[in-house]
Amino acid sequence: MSLARTKTEKLEDWNRPPVCTVDGDGELLEVSMGPHHPSTHGVFRMDVALDGERVIRLKPVFGYLHRNHEQIGQNASYLASMPYTDRLDYFCSLTNNWAYALAVEKLVGQAVPERAEYIRVITAELTRVQNHASAIGFLIQEMGASGTPLMYAFKEREKILDLFESLTGSRMMCNYMRFGGCRVDVSAAWLDATRKVVAGLPGFVDEYEALLSGNEILMARTQGVGVLRPDLAVNAGITGPMLRGSGVNYDIRKVDHYGIYDRFKFRVPLGDHGDIFDRYMVRVLEMRESIRILEQALKDVPGGPVMDPKAKIRGFKPKPGEAYGRIEAPKGELGFYLISDGGPNPYRYRVRPPSLINLTVLEDMCLGHNVADVVLIFGSVDIVLGEVDR
Amino acid sequence: MKSVEEIKAAIEAAVPDAGVKIIPNGSPSGQHSLLLNPVHAMEVARFLRDDAELALDFLSNVTGVDYLDKEIAEKVKVTRPVTKTVEGVEQTTEETVEETRKHTQPGYLEVVYHLYSMAKKHGPVVLRMRTANRSDQVELPSFTRVWRSAEFQEREIFDLFGVVFTAHPDLRRLLMWEGFKDHPMRRDYVEPDDFEYEPTAHDEVLARAKAHQSREQGPGNRG
Repeated sequence: MSLARTKTEKLEDWNRPPVCTVDGDGELLEVSMGPHHPSTHGVFRMDVALDGERVIRLKPVFGYLHRNHEQIGQNASYLASMPYTDRLDYFCSLTNNWAYALAVEKLVGQAVPERAEYIRVITAELTRVQNHASAIGFLIQEMGASGTPLMYAFKEREKILDLFESLTGSRMMCNYMRFGGCRVDVSAAWLDATRKVVAGLPGFVDEYEALLSGNEILMARTQGVGVLRPDLAVNAGITGPMLRGSGVNYDIRKVDHYGIYDRFKFRVPLGDHGDIFDRYMVRVLEMRESIRILEQALKDVPGGPVMDPKAKIRGFKPKPGEAYGRIEAPKGELGFYLISDGGPNPYRYRVRPPSLINLTVLEDMCLGHNVADVVLIFGSVDIVLGEVDR
Repeated sequence: MKSVEEIKAAIEAAVPDAGVKIIPNGSPSGQHSLLLNPVHAMEVARFLRDDAELALDFLSNVTGVDYLDKEIAEKVKVTRPVTKTVEGVEQTTEETVEETRKHTQPGYLEVVYHLYSMAKKHGPVVLRMRTANRSDQVELPSFTRVWRSAEFQEREIFDLFGVVFTAHPDLRRLLMWEGFKDHPMRRDYVEPDDFEYEPTAHDEVLARAKAHQSREQGPGNRG
């Protein structure tokens, strides 16, 4: 058996007809993995062609959770879309809120008070920690470690979700940010509770890593599996921990300096090989960097309003124009593109979903690997179907 | 980072008859865009990616936009001879009358590309392309061979807007099922009435279901 996609292949040839040659008398077995396969994180299907145990073709099939989110956004006013953004990537509703608020703020040139910027950073980094912890938990779960690592992650995630609930009224569907600030102010008690949770987080990451990072089975299953080349990753628009796992230094928090990220000291962890293990490790290290940001941000949260008093809420009609705003969501670049025609609803409301675009290279990473590895490679992409299908 | 005018000049220096137009943006975001001629779009795309100074190696976002046919009513002053009978004598005088003339401006489908550079860490550069109309001339060149991140996003636009991307390696529907006939993100899309699936035994619903069953299946219906 020979793999068609070798290291010498040029990028422009990537779409040559598939892919692997079949051994002598090998017969192809076509398997439809999903949409109810437990490893697919929801309803997602892969049409896989197998030669024995090896994958020689893999076509993802989408749309089982499609509800035309963009059309709903165009039929609703700008503000009314905010709760719908929670339902995109339902693990990270606060970063979804932020991306949408940022795009609208760019569209109308709206400033955000400093206190609100701090709260946004705090909630977004908490979101990143709980997302990465659960993503790793799910990945290990798919490796066969039933329960324990995932429950470790969920134990910590619950503490963070409790904070979100006491701040916004909801664990996951937070609907918290507004154009020009945040919906409600944080209390001193909430900040103290957050400081307490954040103080416990480094211990959690240490414990989590002691459980996992040196594990022989984890290393055997993930190292050298599902390798993604950096040039292909850039060309295919991969973003987030997947891109950085391949060694490309691109973090929108560092590139765009949106919000107030230029005030905090943090590093961008990078992988060397671009395999599953590197993606896992990048997520672990990103959790540590997020904790650093949280510690810095929680030290001096300034006073003042959380909403710009001049921000218009009722009768919100931006002037005709367009804006694309993006943030570094836990899964990659989450962007919102809005075109206004001067009306109360956006003329065009577009979500740039990192989960969908990160799946572009799923086939490239899986070719030549076993079926059991497909599940792992898929898990290492870290997707949420609410965002893939929209 | 170069300004839009400088990028336009650079494109025109590299691809002489590219025919790039600047589309200004009225929003405070200031993200002006460049309208490409589909005929030379591939050369322009390759230039933007490979140019050492621009190095736009990262196609972040591909968006479809639908603009409906517009009916434009213009008031035109027309001078024409009018024949009148005054005191038994026919006289021809010239009179100026205001007339409303209507003509339709054909709508188009537009695809918007947001480009960034990972190498140089700048962006966005916004490109647009427009189809000739929204019915039969809806082809645009596919950028998938230049930036692979366009692969699924162009499929999505083909699915939801009906833009046909020529030379796309795998142009199938992405989110709707195969056999679906319409394009749900178009602005004149009519939702199918699926009332026959409604289990409520409510008079009004039952009446609509009956009416539906007697009709032929409209566009967008299953099958």
